[in-house]
Amino acid sequence: MMNNMEQIYLAIVLAPLIGALMAGLFGKIIGRSGAHCVTIIGVATSSILSMVAYKYHMFDGGEIYNQDLYTWLSSGGIDFKIGFLIDSLSVTMMVVVTFVSWMIHIYTIGYMHDDPGYQRFFSYISLFTFAMLMLVMSNNFLQLFFGWEAVGLVSYLLIGFWYKKETAIFANMKAFLVNRVGDFGFLLGIAAVLMTFNSLDYAEIFSNVAQHADATITIWGDEPWSLMTVICICLFIGAMGKSAQVPLHVWLPDSMEGPTPISALIHAATMVTAGIFMVSRMSPLFELSETALSFILVIGSITALFMGLLGLVQNDIKRVVAYSTLSQLGYMTVALGASAYAAAMFHLVTHAFFKALLFLAAGAVIIVMHHEQDMRKMGGLYKVMPITWLTCLFGTLALIGFPGTSGFFSKDAIIEAVHHSTLAGSGFAYFSVMAGVFITALYSFRLFFMTFHGKQRMDMETWKHLHEAPVVVTVPLIVLAIPSLILGAFLIGPMLFGEYFGDAIYVASTGGHDVLAQMGEDYHGIGGFLLHSVQHPLVLILMSSGIFVAWLCYIKFPDIPAKVVSKIGPVHKLLVNKYGFDDFNQLVFAKGSTGIGQLLWRIGDINIIDGFFVNGTAKSVRVFSSIVRHVQSGYLYHYAFSIIIGLLVLLAIFVHGVLG
Amino acid sequence: MTLNSLPILSILIWTPIIGGIWALIAGDRQEQTVKYFSFAVSVITFIFSVILYCQFDPSYAGMQFIEETDWIKAFDIKYHLGVDGIALPLIMLTSFTTILVILAAWEVIEKHISYYMCAFLILTGLMNGVFVALDAILFYVYWEAMLIPMFLIIGIWGGPNRVYATIKFFLYTFLGSVFMLVAFLYLYSVAGSFNIQALHDVPLTLTAQKFIFVAFFLAFAVKIPMWPVHTWLPDAHVEAPTGGSVILAAIMLKMGGYGFLRFSLPITPDASLFFDDAMIMLSLIAIVYIGFVALVQEDMKKLIAYSSISHMGFVTLGFFIPFSIVAATGASSGAIMGMEGAMMQMISHGFISAAMFLCVGVMYDRMHSRMIKDYGGVVNSMPYFAAFMMLFAMANAGLPGTSGFVGEFLVILSSFEASFWIAFTAAITLILGAAYTLWMYKRVVFGEVTKESVAELKDINGREAFILFLLAIVILTFGIWPAPIFEVMHASVEQLIEHVLQTKIL
Repeated sequence: MMNNMEQIYLAIVLAPLIGALMAGLFGKIIGRSGAHCVTIIGVATSSILSMVAYKYHMFDGGEIYNQDLYTWLSSGGIDFKIGFLIDSLSVTMMVVVTFVSWMIHIYTIGYMHDDPGYQRFFSYISLFTFAMLMLVMSNNFLQLFFGWEAVGLVSYLLIGFWYKKETAIFANMKAFLVNRVGDFGFLLGIAAVLMTFNSLDYAEIFSNVAQHADATITIWGDEPWSLMTVICICLFIGAMGKSAQVPLHVWLPDSMEGPTPISALIHAATMVTAGIFMVSRMSPLFELSETALSFILVIGSITALFMGLLGLVQNDIKRVVAYSTLSQLGYMTVALGASAYAAAMFHLVTHAFFKALLFLAAGAVIIVMHHEQDMRKMGGLYKVMPITWLTCLFGTLALIGFPGTSGFFSKDAIIEAVHHSTLAGSGFAYFSVMAGVFITALYSFRLFFMTFHGKQRMDMETWKHLHEAPVVVTVPLIVLAIPSLILGAFLIGPMLFGEYFGDAIYVASTGGHDVLAQMGEDYHGIGGFLLHSVQHPLVLILMSSGIFVAWLCYIKFPDIPAKVVSKIGPVHKLLVNKYGFDDFNQLVFAKGSTGIGQLLWRIGDINIIDGFFVNGTAKSVRVFSSIVRHVQSGYLYHYAFSIIIGLLVLLAIFVHGVLG
Repeated sequence: MTLNSLPILSILIWTPIIGGIWALIAGDRQEQTVKYFSFAVSVITFIFSVILYCQFDPSYAGMQFIEETDWIKAFDIKYHLGVDGIALPLIMLTSFTTILVILAAWEVIEKHISYYMCAFLILTGLMNGVFVALDAILFYVYWEAMLIPMFLIIGIWGGPNRVYATIKFFLYTFLGSVFMLVAFLYLYSVAGSFNIQALHDVPLTLTAQKFIFVAFFLAFAVKIPMWPVHTWLPDAHVEAPTGGSVILAAIMLKMGGYGFLRFSLPITPDASLFFDDAMIMLSLIAIVYIGFVALVQEDMKKLIAYSSISHMGFVTLGFFIPFSIVAATGASSGAIMGMEGAMMQMISHGFISAAMFLCVGVMYDRMHSRMIKDYGGVVNSMPYFAAFMMLFAMANAGLPGTSGFVGEFLVILSSFEASFWIAFTAAITLILGAAYTLWMYKRVVFGEVTKESVAELKDINGREAFILFLLAIVILTFGIWPAPIFEVMHASVEQLIEHVLQTKIL
């Protein structure tokens, strides 16, 4: 069985790669339908085989697979290898990634139907699937970093997919560079890991982690820092870039310039969760540094709360969903900080489905509205798009954590876990995730009401031509709606309180870290979990008041929002300006670095080095020679005279030497 | 006669030189013949370098394929050749790049193409000579002789400001090399030999080592180039024809690096240790300072030239970080990684800078402009070209999966062992490298077409596609599987590290 599984794992990775290469290199030859057929077959194969692998590991008790494929290089006694680690953590990610990707491949047929870059698009999303699988299946940091950067590359290519659009090609460069800032920290983290453990192999690192728990490193002055804290914070900076945590979140809203299918696949369901996955994978390291965990907790809560607030003032349908993604990623990060890695992974999984669903629903609205994204020009769409309306409702309910939906279980688990946590910062985190519940419900239903209900604000001509989205679009919506509703109920027991992750995730049993174990003592099935939330109804009250306020403001009295805005002018302005992060970055980092560049170039290179030293030397040679030139007068007696002088001088020296 | 008994190193030097002389004799009257002939010569030279690679024994650290004959008996100067794991990859790179520049000139060079081919073939032979010479004077002869064809290439086929650029290039590098000659003469007076291996073992006082180190530094730091003696490079690149830029960036810069490994480190190990901090500092300045300067360039060739200097900062960092690593950890494993990473950076930069300059050349041939502002939206008229250039731009930004990643990765990993802050500063290149490369790519390739001239651009033809394809394959292959390059250099690098960590002071 082991041998067969190895071929299956290889096929899971290679099938999307082959599809991407076929569609990318031979797109002209195989044509449009050829391109989508070959990539869909590739990703479907990968998805089905991932499910086989899932069954093998989760139900048939298959052993953990940890093997190297080949040696990338060896240097200085260290072998850098490429290999797979397949355990419950990676197999879960594999299923989520390939399944969502599969649905989005199908959806793309409808969404990109008229686009001239059809084949290129399919090639990119298949390539993305390959890169993401390399990332999650890796058994070492090198390959993790390869996948990490490769998904970043494809994200770059896809955000700038419409390369004529100035905003798109600005956004993709911004995304790449902001991610590079994260990678900068990540790479230093990897370097620290290599220095400490002399290996980049996960298994080897985790088995030696205990003996380095108290190691220190001096970075600034003589104060020794905990090495684990340095490693963990550096690694987490990488996660902050990829998973868009404040202040490295600025690229994600702009990434909405790309086509909607990739917003769903890359910027909601999969790539942006790579940071969450990575921290969960590294739990044996993070468990050793409470400082790092507190840091994560605070960053996560800031993202969860403040990014959610921004969702309230956006009018672009995709941007609302984007800010909601930021906020939800903040929830996952909070869970990581509270050592509830399993809860973070749980929310990652449910979020992948319902957020992909929401994006695809938004995309369905956008294509039906002929690429109109402004919600102020929508309204009343439920009449013409019933399937989209209903699936979007399911997605929204899951997002706000309506009791019984998948999102309810995963989000409530995070809130409970934070409540149990005793780390520094957990009080603020608890406040943030609670306030976030109200805000999430408010912006989600604001979107839902503005789009599907209320007055029809588009012109009559557009209204007449509205219709339900095509089948290739609605089928993925329906397929994704099912796990959004029911998956949580199935997963919560085993994933949070059972042996689902086994040894893949490690939580220290001391110091009150294991909040999930504490929750597990009170856990008596999903019925009990539901009942618990009714008995402690604060979350439910916050959620329903969010819905109620949304209903008041956007259905019942649609003139309220404008009045509120005029009352709280400065606050509203702050939100519209996104707290000024973009302006600050533009002014300080973009303008600042070109300013430094100009300064170093014009003053350093041109004036000082070239102007003064190089050409100055040349000039002084010229000046010197122009003086010396006068000596070459051409008159014989001048030369004869100088020869005699010279002889006399030499004689004088010689005599002086002999006598002295 | 078996392959083993062939004087393969002499063949690598003299095949292209003799071919070049023939091209000179044939002259302009037989242009077509000369073109095909030159191509054949470059391919044959490359095949011999492949044979060399196959015959090479990677487990042996010393010199292989040694050839030794008397040249000038009175001073014991010998025609003495040999190759080790440090020179071998550079020879492969030289022979490979020659094929590319010959193909790149095919329809593009309009005046005196025979002489152009001649200059490049002779240059190739001389560059191979630099990498295999084991006699200091022989090395010096190749080193200086190499300047002549390059001088002619820029001076004859260069841009409008070529005279300033050639003179700056010539004087800058010539001045540096004269000090190297003086150092050789001094070493001869001490060791009584010009044999490089003998010079490695000759004991020297610290003061003598310091002077020799500085003399070597002037030669090699100018060549590689290090900050602050780098300003000849952007000017030379801007004026050089595409082929000249390719050879300049891909091979000639590497001679500075090779010089550090072959002369500075082994002959003056104690002075290298003494100047270690300064060298690391200069390397870091090159990486960061030059990265910022590259960001604001408006001329594509200048931008790539500055990016080359910044990348070379990793080479010198990797060469001089071993002392600090050993001082910090007491073990030499990180030192080996740093030095091998720097070697890899040299090889990889050869491919990537060649690719970038060829890309600019492709655009320049059509538009006769190197300025970024004259472009915009090239992808609309040249989609295949845009795809290739995307790959090379990403390789230039050090994306994993391309060869550009490998060297930087290893140097950063190893320098962390020396100091957090060295790694921190070096890693800034992750951001800066991506910023200057992608910003240029955005302004040149992406966007709406706003200029008539861009709209009329024709996509790459078969010949250009073939050249770029070869480079793309190489860059990806060594990104995915760099082990073959590392295998041949392990033994020699380990021996070198062991050598430089021992004091030579009596």
